[in-house]
Amino acid sequence: MCLAVPGQIKEVYEAGGTRMGRVDFGGITKEVCLAYLPEIAVGDYTIVHVGFAISKIDEESALETLKTFHEMGLLEEEFGVETAQ
Amino acid sequence: MKYLEEFRDAKGVQALLAEVRRVVTRPWNLMEVCGGQTHSIIRNGIDQLLPTEIRLIHGPGCPVCVTPLNAIDKALAIASQPSVIFCSFGDMLRVPGSDKDLFRVKSEGGDVRIVYSPLDALKIARDNPTREVVFFAIGFETTAPANAMAVDLARKQGIENFSVLVSHVLVPPAMAAIMSSPVNQVQAFLAAGHVCSVMGFWEYPPLAERFHVPIVITGFEPLDVLAGILAAVRQLENGEARVENAYARVVNYEGNRPAQALLAEVFTTEERAWRGIGVIPQSGWRLSPAYEQFDAEKRFSVGEIHTCESLLCHSGEVLQGVIEPTECPAFGRECTPRTPLGATMVSSEGACAAYYNYGRMAPTRSSNDLVSLSL
Repeated sequence: MCLAVPGQIKEVYEAGGTRMGRVDFGGITKEVCLAYLPEIAVGDYTIVHVGFAISKIDEESALETLKTFHEMGLLEEEFGVETAQ
Repeated sequence: MKYLEEFRDAKGVQALLAEVRRVVTRPWNLMEVCGGQTHSIIRNGIDQLLPTEIRLIHGPGCPVCVTPLNAIDKALAIASQPSVIFCSFGDMLRVPGSDKDLFRVKSEGGDVRIVYSPLDALKIARDNPTREVVFFAIGFETTAPANAMAVDLARKQGIENFSVLVSHVLVPPAMAAIMSSPVNQVQAFLAAGHVCSVMGFWEYPPLAERFHVPIVITGFEPLDVLAGILAAVRQLENGEARVENAYARVVNYEGNRPAQALLAEVFTTEERAWRGIGVIPQSGWRLSPAYEQFDAEKRFSVGEIHTCESLLCHSGEVLQGVIEPTECPAFGRECTPRTPLGATMVSSEGACAAYYNYGRMAPTRSSNDLVSLSL
């Protein structure tokens, strides 16, 4: 029920006085209400639940978490992403 | 998809599991309070990969499951009225009321429609000005901002044929109720990540302190869940009881302030009966007086509702970790996802349905661990 899916903002616009946008979920694009994230912009990642963007994904924190796993000696090179600077 | 695959890495799972094994020295009971996490844990077999010392209790984390029978019966009564188009999230349709479900109402000729978002229901109201459109507004704090926005837009846009049947539930009061129960076995919480993405976690430090219980904000992918478990076990082993954020890419302390502001305007707290658990003070939201004209309960007469729960169902004990789903005598026999008897079987995110759907048909604990059903 509280399933919420990450997606990337592709377009931001006003519709009926409400801030809306198009969000790409790995190939599927849907219209999403952006009213609760007045700062979010095209290119940002967001978490979407029942048609509403409820949280901006903080890229720095995501990398930080992966870096922490990396530093624990846990993940080594599995991710193929820059987790350690 | 970025921000998904990285957190599903199999070797990462093994490495985090090894770290949990290294840290744990004693038995601990952890509760997740989110159906999405329950589903992820069972689907990925995380509970079976953990060291035997760690037991996961699947708490009342599915709002579909805990929506009280009284609210379901009201929905059935309203949806049966000929003037009404009744809109709902899909997973509410086969939740059993006292004598039927919304699918039955639909098969009997009721206009029951599944929507993805409350904004879809609002559009149906706009497109059908001669019909009454009712949306079944259930859910935790995660879903409430969407429902609040639909009601607020209806007021702003003067859509008078739209109303909502509200039965929202709030997580922190339920956590307090669980810790206060005489049969409580919970020693640490994995807090629900997406509830916290809306509400932040400023409500949790007083709970952690009052009950001396570690609370770890946790995500949904296997690495997220294991990171939450590891943080909770580390705290337990060290005798700590702090609030810790293991889902920082999505959750911050403050949460979504614009959402919280509209929630405070549209809703007001009240006591709420949780299916399978009972009444918890201040654990529900209903419409505030300023939005009462959109209250479906006030708009439609539903008559007297007399609810009737199954006597065979032990979902209350499952939700508190007193028994495992498979220890209920009705599990997999009278009670299946096709014929659910109670809270934990009615939605795929309920503990019993998750066990059933992933083939967990036998008890995993030895008989010595079983707690009497008479508790």
